[in-house]
Amino acid sequence: MLLINCPYCGERPELEFVHGGQAHIARPGNPAECSDQQWAEYLYRRDNIKGVHAERWRHVHGCGRFFNALRDTTSDQFLATYKVGEQPPAQPRKATA
Amino acid sequence: MQRFSGLSLIRRGLTGQRGWQPQWRQAEPKAAYDAIIVGGGGHGLGAAFYLAKEHGLTRVAVLEKGWIGGGNTGRNTTIIRSNYLFDESAALYDHSVQLWESLSQVLNYNVMFSQRGVMMLAHTVHDVQVSQRHVHANRANGVDNEWLTPEEARARCPLLKIDDIRYPVLGAAFQRRGGTARHDAVAWGFARAADALGVDIIENCEVLGIERDAGGAACAVNTTRGVIRAPKIGVSAAGHSSVIMRMAGVDLPIESYPLQALVSEPVKSIFPCVVMSNTIHAYISQSDKGEMVIGAGTDAYTSYTQRGGLHISRHALEAICELFPTLRRLRMLRCWGGIVDVTPDRSPIIAKTPVPGLYVNCGWGTGGFKATPGAAHLLAWTIAHDAPHPINAPFTIERFRDGNLIDEAAAAAVAH
Repeated sequence: MLLINCPYCGERPELEFVHGGQAHIARPGNPAECSDQQWAEYLYRRDNIKGVHAERWRHVHGCGRFFNALRDTTSDQFLATYKVGEQPPAQPRKATA
Repeated sequence: MQRFSGLSLIRRGLTGQRGWQPQWRQAEPKAAYDAIIVGGGGHGLGAAFYLAKEHGLTRVAVLEKGWIGGGNTGRNTTIIRSNYLFDESAALYDHSVQLWESLSQVLNYNVMFSQRGVMMLAHTVHDVQVSQRHVHANRANGVDNEWLTPEEARARCPLLKIDDIRYPVLGAAFQRRGGTARHDAVAWGFARAADALGVDIIENCEVLGIERDAGGAACAVNTTRGVIRAPKIGVSAAGHSSVIMRMAGVDLPIESYPLQALVSEPVKSIFPCVVMSNTIHAYISQSDKGEMVIGAGTDAYTSYTQRGGLHISRHALEAICELFPTLRRLRMLRCWGGIVDVTPDRSPIIAKTPVPGLYVNCGWGTGGFKATPGAAHLLAWTIAHDAPHPINAPFTIERFRDGNLIDEAAAAAVAH
């Protein structure tokens, strides 16, 4: 089980969270103007990175808030967590746990 | 190829098991082939076999990063069934079951395909309605499936506890043609038969890049063992499909998750069929060695680590202990994970890609083993004809753009 550092509550076990998929995917401002290809890419295309992946988590059994994380998908180690609206840290710091 | 038969087994047995030949060559990569298959699992080896056997392409190489069958082919719970809801899926998975039924004879290799039946339990009124809908849909598509009362389910699998549990068994759908096969033998059997037809199986050969010519067509792969050219490249790389296809500039609607399984210590034959429960999420069968083979769920997050969280397998074991109290004191022997490539509609992609000369078989998610011969056969067809077979024609990448999803999420045995 992963230990996840919620930016609001601190480190908690994975069971308190739900994974929210890839982070920083912006919903098209006006879907009616999207081509089918653009809309399909928004809905379905995912980077599926093997390496450092920016993803959303929600502390559903805690503060209830969404936040973002950088995690290495080859080791599952969290490199950083950060609040929604912030840019991913340029220099990921090592998780303290 | 040294053919296997009862007589050859007896003869070798009487002469100290001497004289067996290696089952396939340790091939060195050549500079060029007619076709390259990336991924030496059952799907990739099978595609090479069918290319050679049915389409006359014998200058074929299978490139495998590790050893053949070391990925998901050797990491699944070996369950085979075709009781999928939609017409497209029923045709696809039953094509595979039909190939399974003669596979040992075709390959001259005992893949231990055992049609012991697959029982899918219903625990709620909703389960009953959905399961019965599946039974009817399957039968309308010519796929066998039947409804069992709780007592009939218990009669077929005497260890099953149907009442006095948190989610009593209200019935079950039962596909008699479903069952299991020995997964390693599937990889080895396809490898041996493909090798006999001239296919080069190249292990320890990781693909680092896919090269495209001036017209944009795929023309070569760059590997840890050098550049290998081919006008047709088929990718059958399971959990790493996104990674490989991105080398050619093709984005896929796929995410990779760890999926776990575990086996118990071996016991005498006590479990006559495969039992699955979607609602309380467990599936179980008994291997011919006697181990109880148990499938758990995927982890919640994408990963390439080939291991899952302990709480995921614990959840599956709790369900098993509830349904089969007899098994509570069994010790677990091994657990492992595989990386499964999951599409948004939980149906696979077997298709041409936007890159000419590049073909893909991916997106099998948590259920690829059952499709091994079918997927291999259809990928080979698609590569040989540069066009899909009617069975895999609906399973394109473009279906996500065009809205023609084949939404089997509800039909899968596991809650994704």
